[in-house]
Amino acid sequence: MVGISHFPNTTIGKKVIMALTGLIWIGFVAGHMFGNLKIFMGEEHFNHYAHGLRTLGEPLLAYGQALWIARIVVIVALVAHIWSAISLTLLNKQARSSGYVQHRKLNANAAQMTMIYGGIALVLFILFHLMHFTLGAVVHPSFDPDNPYYNVVIGFQSYGYILVVVYLVALIALALHLYHGMWSVFQTLGLNNKTYTDALRILAWLVAIFIPLGFALVPLSVVFGIIGLEG
Amino acid sequence: MKLTLRVWRQKNSNTQGKLEDHQLDDVSPDSSFLEMIDDLNEKLTNEGNEPIAFDHDCREGICGMCSLVVNGVAHGQDRELIKAVTICQLHMRNFKGGETIVLEPWRAEGFPLLKDLIVDRGAFDRIIQAGGFISVGTGSAPDANALPIPKKNADISMDAAACIGCGACVAACPNASAMLFTSAKMGSLNHLPQGQTERYQRVVNMVTQMDNEGFGACTNMAECEAACPKEISLDFIAQMNRDLITATLKGIGPTV
Ligand code: SF4
Ligand code: FES
Repeated sequence: MVGISHFPNTTIGKKVIMALTGLIWIGFVAGHMFGNLKIFMGEEHFNHYAHGLRTLGEPLLAYGQALWIARIVVIVALVAHIWSAISLTLLNKQARSSGYVQHRKLNANAAQMTMIYGGIALVLFILFHLMHFTLGAVVHPSFDPDNPYYNVVIGFQSYGYILVVVYLVALIALALHLYHGMWSVFQTLGLNNKTYTDALRILAWLVAIFIPLGFALVPLSVVFGIIGLEG
Repeated sequence: MKLTLRVWRQKNSNTQGKLEDHQLDDVSPDSSFLEMIDDLNEKLTNEGNEPIAFDHDCREGICGMCSLVVNGVAHGQDRELIKAVTICQLHMRNFKGGETIVLEPWRAEGFPLLKDLIVDRGAFDRIIQAGGFISVGTGSAPDANALPIPKKNADISMDAAACIGCGACVAACPNASAMLFTSAKMGSLNHLPQGQTERYQRVVNMVTQMDNEGFGACTNMAECEAACPKEISLDFIAQMNRDLITATLKGIGPTV
């Protein structure tokens, strides 16, 4: 076995798979967050944008094809991400089967310690989120497939704002995951060195702050009545 | 000063180990940490008991033999007060009278325990055998100035070469990963012209051997960097990752 085929067998190879698929997801959530903000431009704009995702790439692609290609990419990336996470976690547990009686960390922060748990929480959240806004039927009180704007407003207003809390908690998990994840991408792909490490740290901070913040604006604006149904 | 030493005692790798308490009544603040254990061992021997087995050699912070986890921290380093020391360079004045000090061995699958506080670090030797060398034709030594090396590269190489192979990085890592050691041992060679010929084969072989020894994978927490007595930087791991990616794209497979 040479080169690429041997790569996933090595610990670093698994880490690189984790980094690259994570990077795909960082790109995806950044784009998703940016698209969400169009809700502040009003109902018509937002619905037009949501419809536009389905007609993207026409006439080269047929209705909905671009969206499905993107979906397949993120699903494959997620599966690979989870696979590498599970195999590395098992490996790491095995590497210290009998632990210390006393062990003190010198450096580790909350983001680093919660990667696997935050990851599990985020997967559960994604499933819930799909049922809420994509399939609509399960946790959404009155889903209208042709009016995403309406779905967002009603979706957050229902059940006494309890879902808003769920979303905000998930965003905190996302912020932690993104912070260590983004920095780890740089480290794992070998981009860190004396010259760039500090700048890349700041970039990781920015990603971890602004992506979740952008997401949080929408449910919070529904709560405070900045976004609502007209008439 | 008075101290309680809570030491890991284990006969060999096949038996169960446990912590054992020893009271010390008259520890000099001027003695080194290892001298303190020496005194206790003398007492134990005089009483007809088995002395505590621990690794040590130079006692001046350069050989990498001493290896104790003190109160949960490899080499007993507390970041504010004590940094970049091996346990043999730590003195008892850094401890308070009446304190209980917990002593444990390095714990990792890659470092099987031999006795009490001694572990077998042969895995590190095998990682070096896999690629931590350069191949040269023998003959008379070339002039030192015959091969120009940029100052910056010489410095980076020297930083990596400072690694004494103690294994504190593995001991401190939550995943018992040996990446800091492995990356340092290839980093010193990979920054010099002499190391270029075998550079990519070296990284593939050393990483493969590291994995085969049962060490874990890095989760980028930098616990190793904080515990390393020689302050080896995490940047060497980044460099190793980058070189392994390059080697993979070149289609180089392991030969170990
Ligand atoms: S990298 Fe540091 S902690 Fe690890 S073996 Fe070398 S000197 Fe010891
Ligand atoms: S005994 Fe040599 S480094 Fe501590």
